[in-house]
Amino acid sequence: MKTHLNKYVLFVAGSLLLTLAACTTVKEYQKNKLNDAEMSLGNRKAEKTELNFQSYREGSSGANGGKNGGGCGCN
Amino acid sequence: MKRIFLSAIALMSLLNLRAQSTGDSTGFKSRKLKIDEINLVSSYYSQSGEHAAVTGGIGSQKLSDIANTLDIKLISYDKKLRKHTFDAEVGIDHYTSASSDRIDLKANSSASHSDTRIYPSLNWTMENNRKGNGIGAGLSYSSEFDYQSLGVSGSFSKKTHDRNGEFNIRLQALFDQVSDIKPVELRTGGNSGEDESYPKQNRRTLAAALSWSQIVNERLQVALMADVVQQSGFLSLPFYRVYFNDASVHQEYLPDTRFKLPVGIRASYFMGDKVILRGYYRYYADSWGVRSHTANLEVPVKLNPFVSVAPFYRFYSQTGTRYFAPYGVHTAANDYYTSNYDLSTFQSHFVGAGIRWTPLKGIAGIQKLSMAEIRYGHYTKNIAMNANIVTLNLRFR
Repeated sequence: MKTHLNKYVLFVAGSLLLTLAACTTVKEYQKNKLNDAEMSLGNRKAEKTELNFQSYREGSSGANGGKNGGGCGCN
Repeated sequence: MKRIFLSAIALMSLLNLRAQSTGDSTGFKSRKLKIDEINLVSSYYSQSGEHAAVTGGIGSQKLSDIANTLDIKLISYDKKLRKHTFDAEVGIDHYTSASSDRIDLKANSSASHSDTRIYPSLNWTMENNRKGNGIGAGLSYSSEFDYQSLGVSGSFSKKTHDRNGEFNIRLQALFDQVSDIKPVELRTGGNSGEDESYPKQNRRTLAAALSWSQIVNERLQVALMADVVQQSGFLSLPFYRVYFNDASVHQEYLPDTRFKLPVGIRASYFMGDKVILRGYYRYYADSWGVRSHTANLEVPVKLNPFVSVAPFYRFYSQTGTRYFAPYGVHTAANDYYTSNYDLSTFQSHFVGAGIRWTPLKGIAGIQKLSMAEIRYGHYTKNIAMNANIVTLNLRFR
């Protein structure tokens, strides 16, 4: 578990550094493409039931804006 | 379809009651509470397979589930022009399950043959646009025959000075109760298990979800997500059978703590004028030995400004828990044991497409019906299990 924790910290730190290094400041009037509904970084409403069944049918969950528990899903 | 139509009529009537517009050309914002949008989501899920956990890793996993959720989002502004969002949601699922039916070993007649789950939730957020921060709180509840869950959450967000980055933290606690329904042959007293109250077992989940979203340039934005989840209490399911190598039958037995560490990255890239790439990757590890990689790619293509088609593909690879073994393999020497194939080693593929309409004058001339989306997905595991799901989302504003 400790090895995985180290990998986890490395992944987060590395991704954060790479992302920040590549960034440019985008003004509000330059965000027309970023504001497109299809560009959303969150899950859409229609994806919610898909995420639910995946969290039940697979041993993993989380880090996707979905739920981490609650509800049985035991069938 | 009739229900959806009637629901749509009811929602349109509700929308007609909405208060005056919140904004005008002077920048005035009404402080009255108004309905921002209403979402109606209906889905049908159907699965089949031959590794039901209820029957010890063998037997039919045939299951169908109809889910409906109604989500109403209201907004208002206070004296300091902070935006308050109230999100009230109620969901109802109804399922029929061949495997649950085998808890009592009386096919198509037992109380566990089907069930209904109801799950209301209420969330509030307050955004201070001037300071670039926000706070939120939420309550949720989920109830089905053998399982109840109560959830509370709190969140905090902070945008960077240039409004191109945002940090978000959400803390959540879930307090669940599982009815201790044993497989019929393991019950003492020889009762059938119907019409009786079952002892309750507690399960607690504490979760911290952290995310950082960042605009990289005019076409690309990314989000990093990391959750830290601690579960404790009764984490097995009492009616999951496990058959040992001596043919004896037992209840599933798993550790009473589980620590989960999922971490993910999501990116959206606008390629040209019509194509968007939405990518997602997650790595997951937990204290039961489950490891997984998830990769997802969705490619919305804009056929015109109002219609887009989005094919998607998701690949999932899992290394199973050390406590898993198939039917008839566990021995009395095992400390913990399960034959639930959802915790085994496997790979899965999920492929499908969605189509989304957002016409200016509303769908079918109905002004308030601003968006409709239909998605279909086919899911397969390489351990003889597959499923189909179709979802319809109607949005009224």
